[in-house]
Amino acid sequence: MGKRSVIPFGPQHPVLPEPIHLDLVIEDEKVIEAVPSIGFVHRGLESLVEKKDFNEMTYVVERTCGICSFMHGMGYCESLEHIMNVEVPDRGKFLRTIWCELSRMHSHLLWLGLLADAFGFESLFYQCWRMREKILDIFELTTGGRCIFSVNKIGGVLKDIEPDMMRTILSVLDDMEKEILTIKKTFLEDYTVESRLKNIGVLTKQQAHDLGCVGPFGRASGLDIDMRKRGYAAYPYIDFEPITSDIGDSYARCYVRISELFQSIDIIRQASSKMPSGDISVPVKGNPEGEYFMRVEQPRGEAIYYVKANGTKFLDRMRVRTPTFANLPGMLETLKGADLADVPLLVLTIDPCISCTER
Amino acid sequence: MAKIMNFAGTMIKNLFSKPVTIDYPAKPAVYPERSRGHIEINIDDCISCGICKMNCPSGAIKVDRTAKTWTINRFDCVQCGYCVEKCPKKCLHMVPGYQEPMNKKSEEVYTKPEVSDPEANKQDASKPGEPDTK
Repeated sequence: MGKRSVIPFGPQHPVLPEPIHLDLVIEDEKVIEAVPSIGFVHRGLESLVEKKDFNEMTYVVERTCGICSFMHGMGYCESLEHIMNVEVPDRGKFLRTIWCELSRMHSHLLWLGLLADAFGFESLFYQCWRMREKILDIFELTTGGRCIFSVNKIGGVLKDIEPDMMRTILSVLDDMEKEILTIKKTFLEDYTVESRLKNIGVLTKQQAHDLGCVGPFGRASGLDIDMRKRGYAAYPYIDFEPITSDIGDSYARCYVRISELFQSIDIIRQASSKMPSGDISVPVKGNPEGEYFMRVEQPRGEAIYYVKANGTKFLDRMRVRTPTFANLPGMLETLKGADLADVPLLVLTIDPCISCTER
Repeated sequence: MAKIMNFAGTMIKNLFSKPVTIDYPAKPAVYPERSRGHIEINIDDCISCGICKMNCPSGAIKVDRTAKTWTINRFDCVQCGYCVEKCPKKCLHMVPGYQEPMNKKSEEVYTKPEVSDPEANKQDASKPGEPDTK
């Protein structure tokens, strides 16, 4: 038995994209235990419901995260729509679905780039981010914002995707599909990449279930959980199956996310062909009263919104449970027994968004 | 062999293709029509109702009813466009072009021109929109 020592890791570290601090207990280069601490970027976003009225809060909630900003806004709006018994027009629902899936592609491409960077494949990193840029351009074309869209409102969406814009989106996605196929080969078949991903940080299905893992991290371990199947927005009209893998290592997480890119392209194609014409929003009057739990599937996993309204324009309580928060225990489990050199990679495989988690 | 030369094709393609980035300061960036760059006000139509001020999530707008001024702190504005949506006279617009860097955080003040005669006001307002006839 070697000598035990503690290595502090983060919150600022060259390989860490997010401010999390880990105390790594090391024995002969192997991690025995990891003790996390978060709280470096707390913004007190939830308490703003006391000062901003529920309509203004849409724009505040959107700013919880810079990557899944649209889905945060949508989750909040849908929970209030349930409280106020507002039925969003079908076109609004389909538009939400399209933007959701584009956000998922944007997030997964970003993650794939970061993963490539974490195992030292810089040119692959740039290829992923080059493709992501095209999606950001689509966002700017359709909503006006590159990361924060501000198109959600209670009762629908604010902007429509015109037919010519839709044609542009579909042609960009056609080209992108071919490009993703090329990088998929590198990610999933390359010898060097395999040696950095296979059998690293294995999490069994039982462990993933017990630790409450969500999203692609849980699906890579075989947990067949996808909130889109619960049917919010236009997902009930869309034909898709959650992508899972039984292996549960870092390679499986990479496989699930790459496959979800193709799935997202397919969902956008389906949504664009099934999208009806008509209104994109309905006017909403009055103040909400009641409470609701909303569960949405974000690129990183399931996010929960709890909204409690008291009949005034200020809400009583708004709570967001972000997917990273649910995945942290799973991440700590994968760190046990890992090499010190693999720690940055394993922290990355849950796609951490600590700023989201602390809100 | 197939397992180690996967990226070679992309690499060779990169060597002989143009950069994907644009030569920014030399070539201007093209923004789409909907791009949310900054807020512009048509101060002639403003009635100083203060609805934009009350609804601004970041508190960037100030409206003075007596002095008939509309003030925006561009550094506080988050370009959400809620004021544009709420404005009853539709005199606020979101236009492309991002806020430029500055030495200090300053506010931009717009004052409504004092016009006593409503007819004269009408003429003034229509002037900028008229085509140059020579």
